[in-house]
Amino acid sequence: MTDPAAPERDLPERRAWLGLLARAPAHALRAALTHIDDRPPFTWLRQPECGLVMVQARSGGSGARFNLGEASATRCVLRIDGGPVGVGHVLGTDAGQCGDIALCDAMLQDPRYADAVREQVLEPLGSQEQERRAERAGRMERSRVDFFTLVRGDD
Amino acid sequence: MPAIDLDRVGPGFADPVHDAQRVFRSLLTAMAEPGRIVTLDLPLVPPPGLSLAQCATLLTLADRDTPVWLAPSIDTPDVADFLAFHCASPRVGSPLGARFVVLPDLAQLPALDTLDLGDPAYPDRSSTLIVEVTELAEDGPLELQGPGIPDRRRLYAGGWSTATTRFAAANHAGFPLGVDLVLCCADALAALPRTCRITESTGASSCT
Repeated sequence: MTDPAAPERDLPERRAWLGLLARAPAHALRAALTHIDDRPPFTWLRQPECGLVMVQARSGGSGARFNLGEASATRCVLRIDGGPVGVGHVLGTDAGQCGDIALCDAMLQDPRYADAVREQVLEPLGSQEQERRAERAGRMERSRVDFFTLVRGDD
Repeated sequence: MPAIDLDRVGPGFADPVHDAQRVFRSLLTAMAEPGRIVTLDLPLVPPPGLSLAQCATLLTLADRDTPVWLAPSIDTPDVADFLAFHCASPRVGSPLGARFVVLPDLAQLPALDTLDLGDPAYPDRSSTLIVEVTELAEDGPLELQGPGIPDRRRLYAGGWSTATTRFAAANHAGFPLGVDLVLCCADALAALPRTCRITESTGASSCT
């Protein structure tokens, strides 16, 4: 990267697509990726490797940070031959899913493939995620109980 | 820790687990039989500044718990990022705090008292020097004696000088404290642990 500001500038967008790819179900990502015919050859810089990450949380979202527990995670890094470097980080132990994420990340940084990946992968996965969220929010909404206190007229 | 520029980092071991095991086995052999040259057969492309044997040794032994010191001439972004990415080793500013000291030739050996020679209670907590030499051969003016060597073994290391012999003698004299040397030459390496007595002789028939 000749422009030192470039990684910083790309960061929010890249962070968003890496999050979307990591949250998507592995089979949905794989299915979306098969729609792209000319997937580029690549070289592993770090082959998928499984490990544990310590998940930390704050009670109530604002309390002191504590260790919630360990979760298995997989990471990898690859380089499209003659192109950019992509990284994949995902919960679980699915090396294939992790590789798919890294390949998408690299292709999204490569002008030759970025549009195709946006159209074939990011958009469908994004709308699937919104459907999942809406469906879950709807389920929650049906069972929601609104607590309220009647104003007592005794004053 | 500064960000790693992945654009200049190349791949590490092709088969990380088995390649590291093979190199570890080779290093054990080299350490157990000082002066014996072992050749690493690996499809590894080291970053500019490191030889294959140096790179493989670091990939096998260095991790986040082993600070590494690089001699100034090889302390380049290529080497530093490669080590940071593949080994996650912290780099230190002086050889004293380093578990591994990486040198591009024997002329750059630091003075012995600037190296970490270990603690009398834990002599193993000392530096290991990973030094590139121009040539390595199992016959030459260096005569090695000590544990792991039946009688004597001879060695030729390109760039070895009388200063190096003095360094090795002082290092051996401090046993059990001292540093261990791994001499690397392209894809070959030989170890000279601190137990090794090294004398420089001229003729090939010096066995008395």
